[in-house]
Amino acid sequence: MTKIKSLDELRKRKQQLEQSMEIREKSNHPESLVQIKVAMATCGIAAGARTVMNAFVEKIKKEKIPAVVTQTGCMGYCYAEPTVEVKKPGQDPVVFSYVDVKKAEEIVDKYILNNELLDGILPANYQTI
Amino acid sequence: MYKMQLLVCGGTGCRASASAKIVEKLNESLKAHGLTKDAQVVTTGCFGFCEKGPIVKVIPDNTFYTQVRPEDAEEIIAEHILKGRKVTRLLYENPETQKHVTDSKHMGFYQKQMRIALRNCGFIDPENIDEYIARDGYSALAQVVSDLTPQQAIDMVKQSGLRGRGGAGFPTGLKWEITSKFTSNQKYVVCNADEGDPGAFMDRSILEGDPNSIIEAMAICGYCIGASKGLVYIRAEYPLAIKRLRIAIQQARDYGLLGENILGTDFSFDMELRYGAGAFVCGEETALLASMEGKRGEPRVKPPFPAEDGYQHKPTNVNNVETFANVPVIFLKGPEWFSSIGTEKSKGTKVFALAGKINNVGLIEVPMGITLREIIYEIGGGIKNGKKFKAVQTGGPSGGCLTEKHLDTPIDFDSLIAAGSMMGSGGMIVMDEDDCMVSIAKFYLEFIVEESCGKCTPCRVGNKRMLEILEKICQGKGSMEDLDHLRNLANVIKDTALCGLGQTSPNPVLSTLDNFYDEYVAHVKDKRCYAKKCKALAHYTIIPEVCTGCTVCARNCPVGAITGERRQPHFINQDICIHCGVCYTKCKFNAILVQ
Repeated sequence: MTKIKSLDELRKRKQQLEQSMEIREKSNHPESLVQIKVAMATCGIAAGARTVMNAFVEKIKKEKIPAVVTQTGCMGYCYAEPTVEVKKPGQDPVVFSYVDVKKAEEIVDKYILNNELLDGILPANYQTI
Repeated sequence: MYKMQLLVCGGTGCRASASAKIVEKLNESLKAHGLTKDAQVVTTGCFGFCEKGPIVKVIPDNTFYTQVRPEDAEEIIAEHILKGRKVTRLLYENPETQKHVTDSKHMGFYQKQMRIALRNCGFIDPENIDEYIARDGYSALAQVVSDLTPQQAIDMVKQSGLRGRGGAGFPTGLKWEITSKFTSNQKYVVCNADEGDPGAFMDRSILEGDPNSIIEAMAICGYCIGASKGLVYIRAEYPLAIKRLRIAIQQARDYGLLGENILGTDFSFDMELRYGAGAFVCGEETALLASMEGKRGEPRVKPPFPAEDGYQHKPTNVNNVETFANVPVIFLKGPEWFSSIGTEKSKGTKVFALAGKINNVGLIEVPMGITLREIIYEIGGGIKNGKKFKAVQTGGPSGGCLTEKHLDTPIDFDSLIAAGSMMGSGGMIVMDEDDCMVSIAKFYLEFIVEESCGKCTPCRVGNKRMLEILEKICQGKGSMEDLDHLRNLANVIKDTALCGLGQTSPNPVLSTLDNFYDEYVAHVKDKRCYAKKCKALAHYTIIPEVCTGCTVCARNCPVGAITGERRQPHFINQDICIHCGVCYTKCKFNAILVQ
């Protein structure tokens, strides 16, 4: 192991290490973050939800968005998979349908960053507790 | 980068329930499902929710799985990690609503807590210094040694209002300042990890869950007082804490955070461990120092205080584990932030080990000034089996009992002393209507008699005499004069014992005498123990209508006090009965009545 010889070196070291802890830090304050939930039931996975989830993870990392990507079970919209629920702090959740990698990036660019709605929003007909 | 992490509790409690095996199984399943790039298993320190261990927490959705067994690992991975479906049967169930709670943020146990000393416990891998550094670890030390003079750093600790968490509550900054004023060619920083109160495990959990915070704080203290050497006095019966502390010290040395010229400055500091054999008295600082020097663990008269004449007669600063755990945060977040938490004279938080007749047994950290009611009913989830609350014992053998009338008192160092108890190191034992307060006082006195070092007469002989009186009372042979004797003796010991532990040893007796005098009188005058704990006072009879005449009681009675014909109601001869209670435990029809 290389020694840490000054305050600056310690800070640099911390920055390198921060990323591995980021997911845990974020989970500490879920209510203040954008929550992206990818439906990952059998239907969702078959329709490509795993790639979509990876796309979200990459995109929010790239754009440095305070968001947390989680997976959920079937939301009941099996005909419209992959489905993704996005909840911005203090707002009602919005569910997007037929999400692929391109759509995922669009959701981040338009809805999350600029609050613009886009096509393919499913009606919210349920409540979660 | 991992999308999910599984945090598995690696504290002593959960390890005893095979949490290491769970880690192994989780890793096997991840591999089998090809998910090793997506999810990672991390062994952490204690989550505090020991009642329901072993704990597995899934990040980032904070799913909190309780009482997980190694067999459950495959299901967690296949269902939750692969398909995103939470394993409902393993979720925590709210005892009041009987509904499953999906994540830790919605658990009553965590909602009222504020974690400063336990900030990293159950969050980072204690055997990996990198995770500590990623959470601003060693930044406080770096800031102190690069930018502050020792006096400036001491002033910050003083400003924060931090008081010693070991029991007495002495202001930490002042202690550091006093030690810094003495000049010597060698000074020492000592960490008191000799946690001896029955049922207390705060210090162990901090050392097991976040050993680096102690190392960092001791180095800061060393810089402030001018010491280059730190010693941790830790019980040999805490093997896991010792192991993790050793790993942490080695990693800190490898990074140059311990050793010569730390972070390129002139400051050098290194640490060693010293093992205690588990004597209660060695938690007293002068006894602790004697034990470290290889002498008998006996306290001595103060002054001179260790700040002047400590380890090897050199100026020594002794602080408790939890006190140290608070120190780095004071520098990171500022003394003003720290002093904004708590009450006027007690700042910050306190860790309590919640135990006894309470639903959520475990380790909690709460801001000073919280009420007992919030701790017991909101965090603790109320009394077990819906029984009635009777008392809570705080401060271990040095403390006393608080009763229903204290439920709404804000808890801090001074309010507890005013209520006849004390903060102590933070043991909190909850008692319900089935507990006999005379027996409780006797239990603590037995502990003191066992653990008294024997150096001074009041503690050695006085406590023994008190115990004899209590034993007499529990056997129904006590008199009203005995109660006065008890009180007199207790006051004499309080005034004359040599060390802090001796002086506080009569507290359990005094506080039960104050708060539960009626119960003592019932034992003495009516010869009755209404909690049915004192066997000698129990009165056993057989209810003839319920008795089936199965003869089990008669066959098991060791003194042949029970007579009766087969299939006919039996009868206990009270002159022969020795109140052993065997008939009560053996009867399958609840026909034995205890009064």
